[in-house]
Amino acid sequence: MTSLDTTSTEQRSAASRLGGLVAKSLSAPAVAPLIALVLTMTFFSVKSDNFLQAQNPSLVLQQVMVVGVLAIGQTVVILTAGIDLSVGTVMAFGQIVMTKLAVANGVPAIPAIALGILACVAFGALNGGLVTGLKLPAFIVTLGTFNIAFALTHVYSDDLTFTGLPSELLFFGRTFQLGGADVTYGVVFMLILYAVAWYVLTQTAAGRHVYAVGDNPQAARLTGIGINRVLFSVYVTAGLMSGLAAMLLVARTELGDPNAGQTTENLDSITAVGLGGTSLFGGRGSIIGTLIGAVIVGVFRNGLTLIGVQVIYQYLVTGVLVILAVSVDQLVRRRRL
Amino acid sequence: MSATTPVLEGRGIVKRFGHVVALDGADFELYPGEIAAIIGDNGAGKSTLIKTLSGALHPDEGEIRLDGSRVHFRSPRDARKVGIETVYQELAVAPALDIAANIFLGRERRRGGPLGALRMLDKGAMRRHAAQHLAELQIRVGSIAQPVETLSGGQRQGVAVARAASWAQRVVIMDEPTAALGVKETRQVLDLIKRVRERGLPVILISHDMPHVFELADRIHIVRLGRRVAVVTPRTHTMPEAVAIMTGATRGELEQALTTEQP
Repeated sequence: MTSLDTTSTEQRSAASRLGGLVAKSLSAPAVAPLIALVLTMTFFSVKSDNFLQAQNPSLVLQQVMVVGVLAIGQTVVILTAGIDLSVGTVMAFGQIVMTKLAVANGVPAIPAIALGILACVAFGALNGGLVTGLKLPAFIVTLGTFNIAFALTHVYSDDLTFTGLPSELLFFGRTFQLGGADVTYGVVFMLILYAVAWYVLTQTAAGRHVYAVGDNPQAARLTGIGINRVLFSVYVTAGLMSGLAAMLLVARTELGDPNAGQTTENLDSITAVGLGGTSLFGGRGSIIGTLIGAVIVGVFRNGLTLIGVQVIYQYLVTGVLVILAVSVDQLVRRRRL
Repeated sequence: MSATTPVLEGRGIVKRFGHVVALDGADFELYPGEIAAIIGDNGAGKSTLIKTLSGALHPDEGEIRLDGSRVHFRSPRDARKVGIETVYQELAVAPALDIAANIFLGRERRRGGPLGALRMLDKGAMRRHAAQHLAELQIRVGSIAQPVETLSGGQRQGVAVARAASWAQRVVIMDEPTAALGVKETRQVLDLIKRVRERGLPVILISHDMPHVFELADRIHIVRLGRRVAVVTPRTHTMPEAVAIMTGATRGELEQALTTEQP
């Protein structure tokens, strides 16, 4: 063994910083999803003349914003090698809390939104508490809270749909013009959330600990990282994202629907994470990949509708898609080991 | 008796697990600049002993002294705070994170100024320091920014040793550090342990491998049935003699060893 020459290392790193940046971005987890997105878009633009029409991309993004925000929470949970199956129904519950309080109980819009978000955060804390406190598998805990939130949504709403919402609840559904295209405030909000998530995951110790806990929990524990604190916080984050997604959903649909968000959103958020290149075994992945994955899911749903595929077959296709995404992850993982 | 105060010392340590007495009044001392090995048969209590010294277990009786004054470790974190670091047998690294991230894992450094207020990591500084630590220990790797999973087992354990040695102010504990490694990689880690000693850090080494223990250790503590039965040195005892004491075939020569073999 010879000693490592630090000065030459530093010089080399300075000289090849640009080259390294290019190489890094090519091998970055977000590149493969980007290629998949381009292929998907090419496919649908060939198959349907309407796909690239002026208002369609903006429509796709509007549809993506809800799943996109859910997928942020799903990403941080999956990075710790966990899973949150409850994000969709928790969001549905949050949405009903917001709209029922605002419409039936006359609560002002802002407190109504805040309470809805709080209800979702409480579900996140319940998930996190059960996973860390009782050491239960995340899969079964969140399958339980999936059903609890589902039931509470129907009980609390009396199966009523809430309409005639105050205008503040609809803010994130409004659009403004940008270069001739309609941009929804909710989409901007989603992108801001992604920027924040990217910063926390890549630039702070807290983010690094999320990766470490998913990568090798024993090593993380031995280096003094509070594993339970990290795990608890990712489930609370997922709850918070469900609440924010509920706010966007209300703004987009302009009503509180007890049947919203029950099946597709859960699976779509996981599909987005998987397509985005994040490993379901934890410790690897990127939030930018998830954003691209969420757009792929949105493009698929939109494109399948445009080329006239029945809704029931859309389920089939997205089901295949999630298994495909996870299989790729498993193959990559096997090669690495 | 020598006037040197042990860096780390255990006196009459008792640890019970239910009805099982794992440690039955065990003693231990580590002197400045030495490698002190602990050997013993499976179940003799060497792991338990080391865990009480590293804060992973709390002894039921007895006392632990650091530089002569009594300390109470409630967790490994407490032990780390006073400069005792442990390298574990299993490779305690996060494979997907890079070398610098692993060395600073749990002790990340933030930037100064407003970016520090935003909790932004100082990745540059961490990489520079990590490279420096590896260079001091002559651990050769390609790039400090490469994921640990791209390294060989020996290099990975090298990263774990570098992490411990760079944070340890007083003591490095190595719990079977080569158990998961191949022959060549084991050699690298053994050389590394010597270099840690050369840098002035005393090392506690737990190992099953007698040739390694006899090669590295200045003093060898032999643990049997929850007690230290002898302290020998590679100069005064042969390997078969040490094994005989370890297995109870011959009685330990504790008094003689203690009075004649302190540095």
